[in-house]
Amino acid sequence: MRGYSHAPPLFLPRPEIARNQPLTDFLDKRVVFVTGKGGVGKTTVAVALGLRAAAEGKRTIVCEVAAQENASRIFDHAEVGFHEVEMAENLWSISIDPDESMREYVLLQLKVRAMRDMLFRSRIFNYLAAATPGLKELVTIGKIWELAQLDRKVRSGRKYDLVIVDAPATGHGIGFLQTPRTFAAIARVGPIHSQAQQLDRLITDQEHTGVAIVALPEEMPVNESAALEHDLRTEVGVAVDRVYMNGLYPERFSSEEAERLAGVAGGENGSLRAAARAALSEHHRARSQRAQLARLRRRVEAPVRTLPFLFEPELGAEAARRLAGRLG
Amino acid sequence: MANVGDILEGKDICICAGSGGVGKTTTSAAIAVGMAARGLKVCVLTIDPAKRLADSLGLRELGNEARRVDPALFERHGIEMKGELWAMMLDAKATFDELVARQAPDEEARDRVLGNRIYQQISSALAGSQEYMAMEKLFELHTEGRFDLLVLDTPPTRNALDFLDAPRRLMQFIEGRSLRVFMRPTGLAAKVAGRGASVALSVFKRIVGFDLLADLAEFFNAFSGMVDGFQARAKRVNGLLADERTCFLVVCGPQGEPVDEAVYFHRKLVEAKLPFGGVIVNKVHYPAERLRGDGDDLVTKLAESLGDAELAGRVAENFADYQALAERDAKNIERLAAELRTRGVIRVPYLDEDVHDLAGLAEINRYLFASSEEREAIAAGRA
Repeated sequence: MRGYSHAPPLFLPRPEIARNQPLTDFLDKRVVFVTGKGGVGKTTVAVALGLRAAAEGKRTIVCEVAAQENASRIFDHAEVGFHEVEMAENLWSISIDPDESMREYVLLQLKVRAMRDMLFRSRIFNYLAAATPGLKELVTIGKIWELAQLDRKVRSGRKYDLVIVDAPATGHGIGFLQTPRTFAAIARVGPIHSQAQQLDRLITDQEHTGVAIVALPEEMPVNESAALEHDLRTEVGVAVDRVYMNGLYPERFSSEEAERLAGVAGGENGSLRAAARAALSEHHRARSQRAQLARLRRRVEAPVRTLPFLFEPELGAEAARRLAGRLG
Repeated sequence: MANVGDILEGKDICICAGSGGVGKTTTSAAIAVGMAARGLKVCVLTIDPAKRLADSLGLRELGNEARRVDPALFERHGIEMKGELWAMMLDAKATFDELVARQAPDEEARDRVLGNRIYQQISSALAGSQEYMAMEKLFELHTEGRFDLLVLDTPPTRNALDFLDAPRRLMQFIEGRSLRVFMRPTGLAAKVAGRGASVALSVFKRIVGFDLLADLAEFFNAFSGMVDGFQARAKRVNGLLADERTCFLVVCGPQGEPVDEAVYFHRKLVEAKLPFGGVIVNKVHYPAERLRGDGDDLVTKLAESLGDAELAGRVAENFADYQALAERDAKNIERLAAELRTRGVIRVPYLDEDVHDLAGLAEINRYLFASSEEREAIAAGRA
């Protein structure tokens, strides 16, 4: 049997305790997981981080999990599937399908072709692979690990400086990152035990692996981001490197201006009234968002960075590029 | 155009489905509040681990048992509770344990399953178990008949379809017919089944480790006496979902992606012959007045009215941004209505304050339960 475990160790074993030390630049890591509650813009931030790293000359790949195709959508590109496809200069994208990862994993484990073919045709094998709790997540993280290797296991695999993962939403998020440890505990023997341990070391290796949480300036997403950071530290053993407060409205009007606009908003002229109300609405939201930003800063330990709300109908590659310039 | 009250007329069950981050939890709570206010005894169930529903109902916490929400809380926000509102947060593992206890032929069989590590994984972590247990709890409460209406806030999945698909996947696993044959302790069956199967088993053994396989074998052995009971129950649960007194409401946001998801989910509901009730679009930017071609004129008028040309410029710019979002929303909603061939699209505006408390729920309620004319009037007045 040959497999991932025979690769020279890239990530040295480290104590599994989260440490919030000052970091080298976030994007100098090898793997960055982008996580957060559903609908907060994880993919957009992951792509923006990817574009930023690519612009700095790093060969970067953005990975989506569970066969999602949101990144290719941002680039208005055809679905990429389980292929490393170039989206922009220095930037690739892949959608990790767990079944494909499983297949690839087995291909790397078994060198006898006849045996492989028999295996893939076997209903029992497919059933077991689908039924084993956490195996899909495990092979997905295994693929992420493989992409981050300088000595790629996959023939003709490109070498990447940075692998960015658009991770599953909160709730599933911690479970996803916890999978290797859970698996190492269940499968106490065999190659998968040591491989799962190796993947756990990848996730908890603060020097090479980073975690970013994406939040929105609203009550619940702020609460959930704080809870997520806490759970990541206590249950997975990783410290969060950045929290991105996404979609922050600009402060276009001062309170004094808002008072003046209130007069127009109560007036007779329809179009003036509507424009003034939109301005008051913006003022109101911008202010309540600042209060949420302050709450977030009080409640999380990681540095908080803000990303502006973009007044655009759909967020495409151009919007992601602009956000990339605003990333801290 | 219908409102939520009309859509749920005569229904026993309302299932709010949609992808993550579209406001399902808030919508479910608001629907339950509104129907309880109309005189029904309503219970809202959530399985969200982030305790959002408890937060939004002003409760400190919710458990696996339904709890009545204090009606006085609503009166403070101008909602008179003619009926009763109850809420619970589903504990998937506890529900699964109860189900095992009910189906087990004896205590020994029950304890063998509950103590099995594979079972412990499945009941808490396996994709699909939360979704299935949500349906199971719904079925249990419906059978008890304590409530007039049950509102289910579905689990936060990235893809709304996971919710429909999950129980089938879980049942397949539990059934595991083909597998159980090969996992008898004697191992003789594997030989009979031919070389392919035994190779598959031995390779799998090598890949995942022997312990895991032994645990799986033990799991299926322990579970074998209960499979029929589980199947029969799953069939009845599926029957309840397809019943005409059940209603699926699709919840989404006004952007392109959530609308695509809603269209896809609706198609799957129809394919599965499940009763679709309508779609609720949250956080919609309403265009108050259309102002195309009015650009320069607006700035001039604003400048006159405010006596400040610079401020007028910023107000006009902001207004143009809002109008652009409003137009996008209108276009997406038009597409949604056309794809779903429904006029039952209920729009809830993007409120100035983010909705996370009872005051916010009361505000949302005005839109969910207003007549079409009322909704438009409120929106035009506020935007």
